[in-house]
Amino acid sequence: MKEIIRLCFVLTIIAAVSAGVLAFVNEKTAEPIAKALLEEKMSAVRSVLPPYDNEPDKDMITVGLAEGDSLEVYRGRKDGAVTGAAFAITSPDGYSGDIEFMIGVDGEGVMQGLMVLNHLETPGLGAKIETEDFRGQYRGKSLENPELWEVTKDGGTFIPITGATISSRAITRAAALGLNLFQEHKEEIFGGAADTGSTEAEMDSATVEEDDVEEEVRK
Amino acid sequence: MKAWDEFIKGFWSENPIFRLVLGLCPTLAVTTSAENGVGMGLATTFVLVCSNMVISSMRKFIPKKVRIPAYIVTIATFVTIVDLVMNGYFHALHKSLGLFIPLIVVNCIILGRAEAFASKNPVWVSIIDGFGMGFGFTISLMVLGAIREIIGNGTIFSISIFGDGYLPLLLMILPPGAFIVLGILLGLMNKAEIAIAKKSGRQPVIRKEHDCASCAIHTKWFDFSAKDEPAAE
Repeated sequence: MKEIIRLCFVLTIIAAVSAGVLAFVNEKTAEPIAKALLEEKMSAVRSVLPPYDNEPDKDMITVGLAEGDSLEVYRGRKDGAVTGAAFAITSPDGYSGDIEFMIGVDGEGVMQGLMVLNHLETPGLGAKIETEDFRGQYRGKSLENPELWEVTKDGGTFIPITGATISSRAITRAAALGLNLFQEHKEEIFGGAADTGSTEAEMDSATVEEDDVEEEVRK
Repeated sequence: MKAWDEFIKGFWSENPIFRLVLGLCPTLAVTTSAENGVGMGLATTFVLVCSNMVISSMRKFIPKKVRIPAYIVTIATFVTIVDLVMNGYFHALHKSLGLFIPLIVVNCIILGRAEAFASKNPVWVSIIDGFGMGFGFTISLMVLGAIREIIGNGTIFSISIFGDGYLPLLLMILPPGAFIVLGILLGLMNKAEIAIAKKSGRQPVIRKEHDCASCAIHTKWFDFSAKDEPAAE
């Protein structure tokens, strides 16, 4: 009996010290983690928007979708007028789990950029969806050009990654869905008054150099 | 010099992967590139050194009957610290290793060293042991990762070496490649060890049976009188 109490005592002390240390570390890292996650998202937003001069991270509207879902749309403005929108799309059809990516669309419904946020694809294979070689081919495409949003294997025009047709197909189809969503809610995104609005104060914020941001993200 | 021996044994005579054959889950899973291998190796080294240090300094305080839960809690604490710090400050690396960081908790090397070494040796020797084992692990992962990356992707540390004309052998960065490379390296290392041992006239540190019952950690763990163990510390 005495021994059991001693064992419990020792384990309790060890667990309590661990809990204390972890609470401290968690407290200290919570902010950097939140910052890193937000920065990751925002640099994706910045790299997929057409040229803008506002702060898209402050110009976000929530668009209600069917089935109670909602979409967070970040808007880029030039001289106060909305020039493009960026929003995240999740494809459930990845090779191993969901693929989440950000797309940017301009007023004509032309894709301005595609940036992968999260995925669990095979390193060295499906993970190549992050490369510019793959992502770049979506830039400048819209629902009319090409009409068929499929990879070449399925009769489309997008070139899939060798050995990772499933990942490539998932992105291609989800991107098309994203463009459809955009068309459905275009009025709302472009017309609706901004929650925060673009003000004169925001006008003089410098335009971010797109390519630099992209380089940073790819690292 | 004793400290040097404790350090260097992790690289050859008690290399965690190729001699003890421990911790193969992260080994096989993350070595798709040299960079991932190094990242995983260094994260493991950090946890190993810290847990060795703490466990060694508490070795008289922890009762034998609850030592395993005590070790696991200690190890899990350090792994969580690595996970949080890496997520906050090395976000890109955390993204590519993310899934495997929590798995360090169950990496046999760390519990194995705690049990077979840190719980029986003074703090500073245990720290050296942690560094030696950790770096041995890191280098093994790097070599595995580099070979797989070169053949399977045509690059090393993401630098292209064969040019665009190279058609990569994708098999090597898929799971089977890990087994193939590991098996070949294990065989080559055993062959080299036999040759070296013959030359210097000692027993090679290889067992005929490579199973858990003849593993150095197991025999020490249960205090068998390890008569047929050629390379006792």
